[in-house]
Amino acid sequence: MLLIDCPYCGKRPEVEFHCGGEAHIARPETPAEIADADWGSFLYYRTNPKGVHAERWLHGHGCGRWFNALRDTVSDAFVATYEMGAPRPDVAPENAKA
Amino acid sequence: MSQPFRLPSGGRIDRKRPLSVSFNGKRLEGFAGDTVASMLLASGQHLAGRSFKYHRPRGILSHGSDEPSALLSVDWRADRGPGYRDPNNRASVVEARDSLVVKTQNHWPSLETDIGAVNDLLSPVFVAGFYYKTFMWPRTFWDKVYEPVIRRAAGLGEAPEVKDADRYSNRHAHCDVLVVGAGPAGLAAALAASADGEKRVILADEGLEPGGALLNDVTSKIDGKPAMDWVAESVSTLDARENVVILPRTTAFGYYNHNHVCMVEKVSDHRADAPEGLARERLWQVRAGEVVLATGSHERPLVFENNDRPGIMLAESVRAFVNRWAVLPGNEIVVATSSASAYQTALDAKNAGARVSIVDIRLEADCGPELQTAKDAGITVRSGHTVIRALGKKRVSGLVVAPIDPDGAIGEKQTLACDCVAMSGGWTPSVHLFSQSRGKLRFDVELDAFVPGTSAQAERSAGACRGIYDLAAVIADGLAAGRSATGATDTAAGSTPQATASFTGFQPVRVLPTDADASKVKAFVDFQNDVTAKDIRLAVREGFESIEHVKRYTTTGMATDQGKTSNMNALGLVAGILDRPLPAVGTTTFRPPYTPVSFGALIGPARDELFDPVRKTPIDGWAEKNGAVFEPVALWRRAKYFPQAGEDMHGAVARETKAVRNAVGIFDASTLGKIEVVGPDAAEFMNRIYTNAWLKLKVGGCRYGLMLREDGFVYDDGVVARLAEDRFHVTTTTGGAPRVLRHMEDYLQTEWPDLDVFLTSITEQWAVIALQGPKARKVLEPFVSGIDLSEEAFPHMTVQSGFVCGVPCRLFRVSFTGELGFEVNVPADYGEAVWKALYEEGGKHGITAYGTEAMHVLRAEVGYVVVGQETDGTVTPDDLGLSGLVSKVKADFVGKRSLARPDMVAEGRRQLVGLLTKNPDEVIDEGAQVVDDPHRPIPMRMIGHVTSSYASSNCGRSIAMALIEGGRGRIGETVHVTTPGGFTEAVISKAAFYEVKGETADA
Amino acid sequence: MRRFSLKSLLQEASSGHQGWERQWRAPEPKKEYDVIVVGGGGHGLATAYYLATVHGVTNVAVLEKGWIGGGNTGRNTTIVRSNYLFDESAGLYEHAMKLWEGLSQELNYNVMFSQRGVLMLAHNHHDVISFKRHVYANRLNGIDNEWLSPEECKAYCPPLSISPELRYPVLGGALQRRGGTARHDAVAWGYARGADARGVDIIQNCEVLGLKRHPDGSVAGVETSRGTIGAKRVGVVAAGHTGVVMGRFGLRMPVESVPLQALVSEPVKPVFPCVVMSNAVHAYISQSDKGELVIGAGTDQYVSYSQQGGIQIINHTLDAICELFPQFGRMRMLRSWGGIVDVTPDRSPILGKTPIEGLFVNCGWGTGGFKATPGSGHVFAHTLATGEPHKINAPFSLDRFRTGRLIDEAAAAAVAH
Repeated sequence: MLLIDCPYCGKRPEVEFHCGGEAHIARPETPAEIADADWGSFLYYRTNPKGVHAERWLHGHGCGRWFNALRDTVSDAFVATYEMGAPRPDVAPENAKA
Repeated sequence: MSQPFRLPSGGRIDRKRPLSVSFNGKRLEGFAGDTVASMLLASGQHLAGRSFKYHRPRGILSHGSDEPSALLSVDWRADRGPGYRDPNNRASVVEARDSLVVKTQNHWPSLETDIGAVNDLLSPVFVAGFYYKTFMWPRTFWDKVYEPVIRRAAGLGEAPEVKDADRYSNRHAHCDVLVVGAGPAGLAAALAASADGEKRVILADEGLEPGGALLNDVTSKIDGKPAMDWVAESVSTLDARENVVILPRTTAFGYYNHNHVCMVEKVSDHRADAPEGLARERLWQVRAGEVVLATGSHERPLVFENNDRPGIMLAESVRAFVNRWAVLPGNEIVVATSSASAYQTALDAKNAGARVSIVDIRLEADCGPELQTAKDAGITVRSGHTVIRALGKKRVSGLVVAPIDPDGAIGEKQTLACDCVAMSGGWTPSVHLFSQSRGKLRFDVELDAFVPGTSAQAERSAGACRGIYDLAAVIADGLAAGRSATGATDTAAGSTPQATASFTGFQPVRVLPTDADASKVKAFVDFQNDVTAKDIRLAVREGFESIEHVKRYTTTGMATDQGKTSNMNALGLVAGILDRPLPAVGTTTFRPPYTPVSFGALIGPARDELFDPVRKTPIDGWAEKNGAVFEPVALWRRAKYFPQAGEDMHGAVARETKAVRNAVGIFDASTLGKIEVVGPDAAEFMNRIYTNAWLKLKVGGCRYGLMLREDGFVYDDGVVARLAEDRFHVTTTTGGAPRVLRHMEDYLQTEWPDLDVFLTSITEQWAVIALQGPKARKVLEPFVSGIDLSEEAFPHMTVQSGFVCGVPCRLFRVSFTGELGFEVNVPADYGEAVWKALYEEGGKHGITAYGTEAMHVLRAEVGYVVVGQETDGTVTPDDLGLSGLVSKVKADFVGKRSLARPDMVAEGRRQLVGLLTKNPDEVIDEGAQVVDDPHRPIPMRMIGHVTSSYASSNCGRSIAMALIEGGRGRIGETVHVTTPGGFTEAVISKAAFYEVKGETADA
Repeated sequence: MRRFSLKSLLQEASSGHQGWERQWRAPEPKKEYDVIVVGGGGHGLATAYYLATVHGVTNVAVLEKGWIGGGNTGRNTTIVRSNYLFDESAGLYEHAMKLWEGLSQELNYNVMFSQRGVLMLAHNHHDVISFKRHVYANRLNGIDNEWLSPEECKAYCPPLSISPELRYPVLGGALQRRGGTARHDAVAWGYARGADARGVDIIQNCEVLGLKRHPDGSVAGVETSRGTIGAKRVGVVAAGHTGVVMGRFGLRMPVESVPLQALVSEPVKPVFPCVVMSNAVHAYISQSDKGELVIGAGTDQYVSYSQQGGIQIINHTLDAICELFPQFGRMRMLRSWGGIVDVTPDRSPILGKTPIEGLFVNCGWGTGGFKATPGSGHVFAHTLATGEPHKINAPFSLDRFRTGRLIDEAAAAAVAH
């Protein structure tokens, strides 16, 4: 079970959280102007990297806040967690702590 | 059975506390501190089971959790009734106590005479993978003939027949340092890690007492005293430290992400006096800051013909039985070894009174000081010898050995009579947990073993589990590991204890040299799964070269011991055949659990009423008292109907639905999800989340809201009330409440952080009582204060706040039946009281409590959809005929763009319509498929399916709703609907069947 | 290829089994192949086999990063069934089922396909409607699937508890009698042996690192850890690693890779006669020929290539298993493991063309790919041989994520595969 460092509450076990999938996929400002293929990409296509993944978590059984995290999908180690809206930290994967 | 092989003195048993267990119906005697294995050996009983495939007689190989062969069915509490028996217990770890009932397994009719042993004769056919090559003809015979026979022959013990009568507990723990293993390395690590008196340390060990290998050791000295004295002192030091928790009988079985280590503690199986209700086992889920693995090592068997005969044991285990349990496993013991450590076994067994000789595969020149020590003790040592085969069947009776000439040829054979063989092929560090933690293993040629390489988590290994075998070095390594786990420097702690030197070092041998036809002899690599060296050779011959392939093809290492004794021999054998370096063959991936763990422990308390605890509404108690039949809906239970004497569901629902249309019904709607949306931007938020418009909804108004996922499919629905300019009371479906809140929070926090809105789940704060029917107002009127209930003052789809029964109330004028209706929201604690008051008053007006089934029928009669029943995640608003609820004006809302995708606007989508069977009494199945022409060949084209179907007493006939391709344009057409036996005819209609009389909801 | 039979087995038994040959060769890669299949799991090997046997395309290589059958093929709970709801899925899985029914004989390799029946339990009203919808749809598609009452469920699976006191009582079940289990490793090995015998090169320890393209953009071959290998067509069948391989080719896919866990108990004598699936509580269980209870758990919630999930997933599955089968509380978990499954937004696979000419993909099987192995290989071989999808796999295109024409079995039924 992962140990997740909620930016608001500190480290808590994974069972308190809900994973919301890849982060930094902004909803288009004007969806009506988007082509079908691009809208399909927005809805369904994900980077699914083998390596550092930016993803969204909700501390549902806690503060109720959504936040973002960088996690290495090979080791499952978190590289960073940060508040929603903050830019993706520029952290090298070797800083990952299991 | 008496104890002829019990030594007169010594051992860590309590001779003042004799006990007995039942073994295959016979009385077996022993003492407190015994295991069933030591009791069996004390009585001279080596035969302890039959093997998996060939049903060969098997004895006790080991003294620990790596035992592959002596597997027993144990009834732990036969005196307490059924539900306490389980199979496949390793005799070596079952602590003896009175009233245990143990039986051997996998034989018929008896352990001594087993018909299944015929398989041993057929073994030339039953080689690795033989089943892939045959049993294919005739085709139908696999299921009917071959497989049942194979299944009956396979398996080990018998599964429990009745519900587990034991209980289990679960504990979460946090610590700074978790030390796994309380042998010399683990004890030293715990001492060092806890030295500051502050760092929280947990020390767990699978054995019943700390000490590890030192428990078997009567010769080593630490600081000049017997090693066990050091253990006792260390334990008492640790015990005295408040920051240390010592957990004996606790096996760390799984090393998961982020230093989450799971352990299982035996709590009561070993206690004859355990009070009823005491948990049997406890699951520890430890989140450790740092972990020290001090898990020791496993001894390797030697691989030679008939090396599985009862009486042939691991050398260290023979030593353990002699020293720890005061049992001499035989009078005439041959120690066969390629390892120095077995010499100590020879010395200890000789001291205990056995006649002992040593057969060493190594040449004299390759031996260490152990050789001279043995010779000095008068033990015959045959160096440079191999073991050709063992003699005897149910008990070893001799060992055929021969010198190996310098050119590798086998010299003259001689037979050594014996009743016990102590074998050692060297040692394998126990890297299971390290490997589970995803640390990278490294092959050490010197040690002939995989040892921990790079760590993946905050963890380090110490002692024998990383290939350090000399006692002094082990203790030093443990201390260093304990210090490093706390960040202390090596010089920070006190002096390192001095220990006597140990016999270490071994020569890896894989399979012993022999002049016998290697393709014929059975030399076992994996004892439990009956995998022989020739099976492994066959696998390699057939192209299975990776160890993963060899394991899967031969099943080596796949037994309940997970290859603890077999993996390295198998790997070495494959590497030897292929003439590749061992790591090139691959490493075994270790997977949890380290030793098998009961489902009961993993479940813990999550059973019976604590398995997914039922959510109950405030009115549940009343419903139960009034005979409700319940159904599970999401995590809730809801009253489905309220049968009166002699009524079935059909009768009850007919009565309940009629009462609502003709008088008044009362319904518990408390499970509906409720969310309060509050803030200056609340209306704008609603506008973006829902398909319809909210900005212009007046305060006090209600509106039905439809919510889509971003992909355009219907997600949820419900009535929403605007309580104030900046406050909405949203309702959701019962099952949808949590995900709708999450969905809303998601958009609010991540897409529209600019909106000033707060969301609060209020599902459990409000009890909701629906009064539906022409007399609803009459029932409610006497209890209401502060609200004018008249049509003019309180029209349909509005909300008012006031008091009911003197309790603060949010009163909704809404209807899910088409009738005049109110939904009374009162604080949950008052729900039952208000319900009772209304019900009592309602008695004057013919009030009837109705359940979810009647609710479904009533809403279907007037054509209201239920999300999750009419919809399934692939349905759009237009499919439901709800285009009117989709704003054309709003530039955007969640899901809007997706509704414009090509397939969402394509012709021929399934649309919601009604279906009326030609036979009005026939109720079609929900889920039935609809076709145009039932005479077409299979596969037949389907044009739709039935979503809801009921007998409607108000309509005087059956009614159904269905999603049918282009359905709205096909009203009046006849279609064919599947029935269990064929098809029935139905006519497509509008999806509304009942005309409300009198004051309707929509008035 | 030396035929396997009782006769050959007995012959070998008398001579110490010295005469068996390699089941597949270990060839060096050639310079160029007509078709390269990336991924040596069951689906990839089946693809190669049918390319050779059905289409006569034998200049084929299967490139496997590790050892064949070492991924999800060897990690799943081996359930085979075809009672899917939508016509498209039913067509695909029933195609596979028909091939399963003769597979041991076809391959001359006993894959131990055991039609013990797959029973899916309904625990609430929603399940009942959904399963009946399946039963009726299957009937019209010519697929066996029948509705059982709770008592009939109990009769079919005696260990099952149908007590109304259960947290999620058994309200009935849908039974596909032709469903069952197979021996997963044997499927990979049997296809490998069959393909190899027809000239297909199975190249293990060969990782694909990139795509070589002609100036017009079409496929020219692949770069691998063992050098560049030319190919006219390339089919990627890399399951959980599809995203990684396609990423190396410069393509993003609508898939995410998540851990899926399973476990087995210690082996016991026969106690469980069929396969039982319970979606409301999320658990699958059957008993292997060896005697182990084979139990499938759910996926973890996050993307991961670690082949390891959290124990809470396993614990919850066992909660459910012991609720339905309370007598298993004293059974012991012997081994647990994780696989990496590639999940699409509609939980249906992607089988067909990609935006690159000559590059094809077969992925997205999520938690349910094993059962489709023969059918998937069969239609993908057609796609690779002809350059166009078979009519069975045509609906499973990438384009559906643009048009919205999803094949959403999961949403339609809340049924895990």
